[in-house]
Amino acid sequence: MDKMEKEQHVLVVLPHPDDEAFGASGTIAAHIANGTPVTYACLTLGEMGRNLGDPPFATRESLPLIRKKELQNAARVLGIQDLRMLGYRDKTVEFEDEEKLIQDFTSIIEEVHPTLVISFYPGYAVHPDHDATGAAVVKTLERIPASKRPKLHCIAFAHGCEEEIGQADIVYDVSKVAQTKMDAILSHASQAQLMVANMKEKYQQGDLEVLTRINTERFWTYKF
Amino acid sequence: MEPVIVETVQKEIDKNANQEVYLHLETTAGAYASHFDEKVFSSGAYIRNALVQYERGKIAGTGPSYRVGLKTQIGWIYAEGITHFEVDSDGRLLLAGHDYQGKLAVCLEISLKPFE
Repeated sequence: MDKMEKEQHVLVVLPHPDDEAFGASGTIAAHIANGTPVTYACLTLGEMGRNLGDPPFATRESLPLIRKKELQNAARVLGIQDLRMLGYRDKTVEFEDEEKLIQDFTSIIEEVHPTLVISFYPGYAVHPDHDATGAAVVKTLERIPASKRPKLHCIAFAHGCEEEIGQADIVYDVSKVAQTKMDAILSHASQAQLMVANMKEKYQQGDLEVLTRINTERFWTYKF
Repeated sequence: MEPVIVETVQKEIDKNANQEVYLHLETTAGAYASHFDEKVFSSGAYIRNALVQYERGKIAGTGPSYRVGLKTQIGWIYAEGITHFEVDSDGRLLLAGHDYQGKLAVCLEISLKPFE
């Protein structure tokens, strides 16, 4: 397991409410516990999600508002004080003018001066919004001189991604903040219900798959 | 939303006929369909805020899932697998088909004002 470096400021850039919870909430909680402020830029409100609760309690039209509240709750649970909703629409990120995304990301970076950025690994993050977000983050950071450029830690989970980009070079043990992580995931009730039914129970019972999923988070350092 | 009541839905369809309405039509297997099961082909389509006018519309089927067809002057609008409906606080007719896990599979919505 790798030791988490102390950062000045962490910027998380992900497209959907709940991406942060499933992908990096343990790491986010650990940074905040370590006194590092975290800014989370969430591009969309997950307007086109298929999960509407079980049984469904949301409609296609009420889902954005519900997910906005879930996102705000998750941010509160994690201690994120700077949550920014960028107003893009779910499923459309790859069709936007990439320069607009780069400008949005650049202005946040110039404001908060992150020493670490967390996003998706372009090409290895399954959902087109994930890949497009990661690609725009990479292009944004490429414009910053190497000496001033924050590190970029990427989330990848496409099948077989290790064969192409190798093993994750960063593996964190986030078991100390496992409870916070589970609470963050469960904040996204409309999305998490199906996936994490009985998750808490299984965690307490020591189910290996659930333990691994909750207790460890892995990232690939992007090599510019 | 509640399970389709044919008479209620039909009344709402009739109410919106012969005038310009905004339409949201969507079908999806989900962006993760192939990721979770490689035998499933990921596909989907949606159109949001199509401005249309239909001259007749009908909900058909014996349930629990139904089909809806709207006949326009020069074409058709069609959705299959509709299980639930709601007339929301803005008076919009929301029709959706939820799969066996409650996930959205198809959606047809009619509104007199543009969707956000």
